[in-house]
Amino acid sequence: MHLTLEFGGGLELLCQSVKIHNVEVDSPAGDEKLTMKDLLSWVRSNLIKERPEMFMKGDSVRPGVLVLVNDCDWELSGQLDTTLEEKDVIVFISTLHGG
Amino acid sequence: MEESEATTKIPRSRQCCICKDRRAALKRPKTLEQICRECFYAAFEEEIHKVIVDNQLFKPGERVAVGASGGKDSTVLAYVMSELNRRHQYGLELFLLSVDEGITGYRDDSLETVKRNEIQYGLPLKIVSYKDLYGWSMDEIVKAIGLKNNCTFCGVFRRQALDRGAALLEVDKLVTGHNADDIAETVLLNILRGDIARLGRCTSITTGEDGKIPRCKPFKYTYEKEIVIYPYTYAYFKKLDYFSTECIYSPNAYRGFAREFIKDLERKWCKACVLLEGLNRGLPKLGIGRTRGRNGQQRDVPQTNGGMKNMESKQRGTLDF
Repeated sequence: MHLTLEFGGGLELLCQSVKIHNVEVDSPAGDEKLTMKDLLSWVRSNLIKERPEMFMKGDSVRPGVLVLVNDCDWELSGQLDTTLEEKDVIVFISTLHGG
Repeated sequence: MEESEATTKIPRSRQCCICKDRRAALKRPKTLEQICRECFYAAFEEEIHKVIVDNQLFKPGERVAVGASGGKDSTVLAYVMSELNRRHQYGLELFLLSVDEGITGYRDDSLETVKRNEIQYGLPLKIVSYKDLYGWSMDEIVKAIGLKNNCTFCGVFRRQALDRGAALLEVDKLVTGHNADDIAETVLLNILRGDIARLGRCTSITTGEDGKIPRCKPFKYTYEKEIVIYPYTYAYFKKLDYFSTECIYSPNAYRGFAREFIKDLERKWCKACVLLEGLNRGLPKLGIGRTRGRNGQQRDVPQTNGGMKNMESKQRGTLDF
């Protein structure tokens, strides 16, 4: 499945300062749909190059990281249970930076 | 992927609870309202306008400096202040005031952002530097003192530098981008430090009224999540330009712990809701016993779609001041 991932608010520093990643992520075996939970573990093992604790805590994002799925707050789509579709755009923004 | 689903982006959220038309794009942390992008801008900006009016922060004709670091809070503040000043005819003369601490690879880059903001918003910019004011840059101070206590120097110097910059600009007031989350952290820090005097005044919207130049915080009631999301949801109109790198000298700053602690607290679930959810789903033992790990890894919350939504609506952490 083709997805566009964008990292902002400093999170890009964890993936070699690249903000936008166009990626191919395999759906889980069988009829299972790809969820945000699957995507997060994929991101953690494939994109995050350093300090994964700045991005994740447990199996979700670290508190203070905002997630938008197609410009929509993931708190409205079920957070970890949000199912993803072809060409979805997922944005991760850290709020934990100075201002 | 099923073909029928791949053709269009089907909205996966409900409609906006204000306009009842467009689809919701954001859950407001303060009210838990589900709100669309357009209603969000309007509500976000008008709430700040209301704070300014209700607290009589400014008088017509005043000269006001916006403390601008190039970071998210001050960049959004400078933008919103110039918008509201125009829209509601506050009659203010606005300036950007930045402090150059002299931190190579951090402040020099963020000052470039402020310089772009000067052009984008058409606000005159004044930069005051530690080197000019005190004869020492932060780079030199860190060389002398190391990475312990360096933030104390920086904090004390910045406070005074802002006052001196504001005096040079001959402004009547200085506004800063401190938001509701910052203030919650400050409350906690002042309790932990036992600083009763600061604890008393750290939540005031205006401070230093007895001194020369009062400071105020128009974002006192504004949640950080909304400040961060505001420029992002604006992306299709005009992306606000801000700088988002942690200071290279403050990885051990005490505030970070308070910040994480509060962010963790906000995620805790209401116990009654967990128990009820268990009863309703035929899993009465759901909230009984200790299933959550020390670092909150495994939650005693059902991981299903509906269940999560239910829980979240009862989320704690709506801190009010």
